Amino acid sequence: MKIGFYPGCSLKGGSREYAESVLAVAKAFEIELKEISDWNCCGATAAHNLNKDLSLSLPTRILAQAEKDGLEEILVPCAACYSRLTVTQHELAKDEELRNRICGIINMEYKGTAKILNIIQFIEKYVLENIRFKMHHNLDYKVACYYGCLLVRPHDILKFDRVEDPQSMDKIMRELGATPIDWAFKTECCGAGMSVSRTDLVAKLSGNIIEDALDRGAEAIIVACPMCQSNLDMRRPDIDKYLNRKTKIPAIYITQAIGMALGLGETDLGLQRHFVPVALPEKDHSLDSNNTVSQIQEGEK
Amino acid sequence: MQSHDDHAGVLTLSDEVRHSVEVNSLKCYQCGKCSAGCPLSSDMDYPPSVLMRMLQTGRKDLEEKILRSYTIWLCLACEMCIARCPMEIDIPKVMDYLRERSLKEGKATPRAKDIIAFHKSFLLSIEKTGRLYEIGLIVAYKSKTYHMMQDVNLAPGMYVRGKLAILPEIIKGRKNLGEIFRKTLKKKEESK
Repeated sequence: MKIGFYPGCSLKGGSREYAESVLAVAKAFEIELKEISDWNCCGATAAHNLNKDLSLSLPTRILAQAEKDGLEEILVPCAACYSRLTVTQHELAKDEELRNRICGIINMEYKGTAKILNIIQFIEKYVLENIRFKMHHNLDYKVACYYGCLLVRPHDILKFDRVEDPQSMDKIMRELGATPIDWAFKTECCGAGMSVSRTDLVAKLSGNIIEDALDRGAEAIIVACPMCQSNLDMRRPDIDKYLNRKTKIPAIYITQAIGMALGLGETDLGLQRHFVPVALPEKDHSLDSNNTVSQIQEGEK
Repeated sequence: MQSHDDHAGVLTLSDEVRHSVEVNSLKCYQCGKCSAGCPLSSDMDYPPSVLMRMLQTGRKDLEEKILRSYTIWLCLACEMCIARCPMEIDIPKVMDYLRERSLKEGKATPRAKDIIAFHKSFLLSIEKTGRLYEIGLIVAYKSKTYHMMQDVNLAPGMYVRGKLAILPEIIKGRKNLGEIFRKTLKKKEESK
């Protein structure tokens, strides 16, 4: 099975553990991910903040490259890239004049046929069904599933999960034997692109997220966006200063969580790259079949 | 829907928003949900709902304040406002338009200097190599803002964790990328 893969810049740089864990999980499920040839940056927040045509041209070039590669489905693990690519595809599909203009700018053919999958959709489609057969142990922890902004918004275009109280990641974590908590900051913004220019605001927004997760007893925060992860992880000294407490809760990618339950090694999943150590308390994680079945049933309720 | 087109004779900023990005700010009935949900409304000079009201008035002095506001640059584009707007007004799209316009007219507030410097440094990095080069981004940002000491403690930590690539990844199609920038961002700046 061959699926296109758009890692995006973060997964090649500061968030390479996300890419490592995505590839490790894909390998465990015998899925071949084919990186889009000669891909470029999607433009992220910077492009659409400054110039509309640029913000559409950059993602269109990526999608055109994927079409040239003959890829029908593309996995885009970064929530921000996923949102940019999907919004662009949508905008060009509904406006032929705009599409022609953008095609002129990138000087490439573009049909808009590739199906874009975010990481959760990819897991739901290719991983979830067989996950119990491959699991090594339960991930028996209380977790806060943090979706952030761009996995679920703009909802009209992405049409993914529930916009205020999404459940898809909670469901995956339940399959892994974890207990997702109910909490208030599932889709609140971490401060995203202000990480460098207004670090104080990131400390405040990310601090509120971490505090709510902790106050409700979470032992780990599960994320699906490199910007969320790096703000919650790398900016922890600023966050702790804002909260006026020392926090130790790790921010773990959903694919790292899956890899941990599969029994994959720390370095296979890039866990050693985190600033806040992924040191979860020792528990009996043995796969008790009764327990498993009841958890699955509970998850389906 | 009522428009300002007829009675003012000249287009209001609200009209221009509607023509350019197809968002009608006149649909806003000031429920304030956007401002309640916006994670940064308390840090803004005008919360999103107030900005929408200012747009609706069509008053030149208020339009000027909008284009010179800090609000448009603080907006994170997190899209919470549109998710909760009962009239489904695409405020993030309005913000995008206002930022582009503010920059083009040289009206961006000095308070947003760092935020704009970051965006520009980010795009500069992409223009040169096709992909984000984090060291290049930080060097460009620091040279624009003179925040030389910022995050000096973070870089070594990133390096030992293998999170900082020393060399940029340069794509083959960077000529194509240069062309894209010339036809979009650069074109706007030249026409200023």
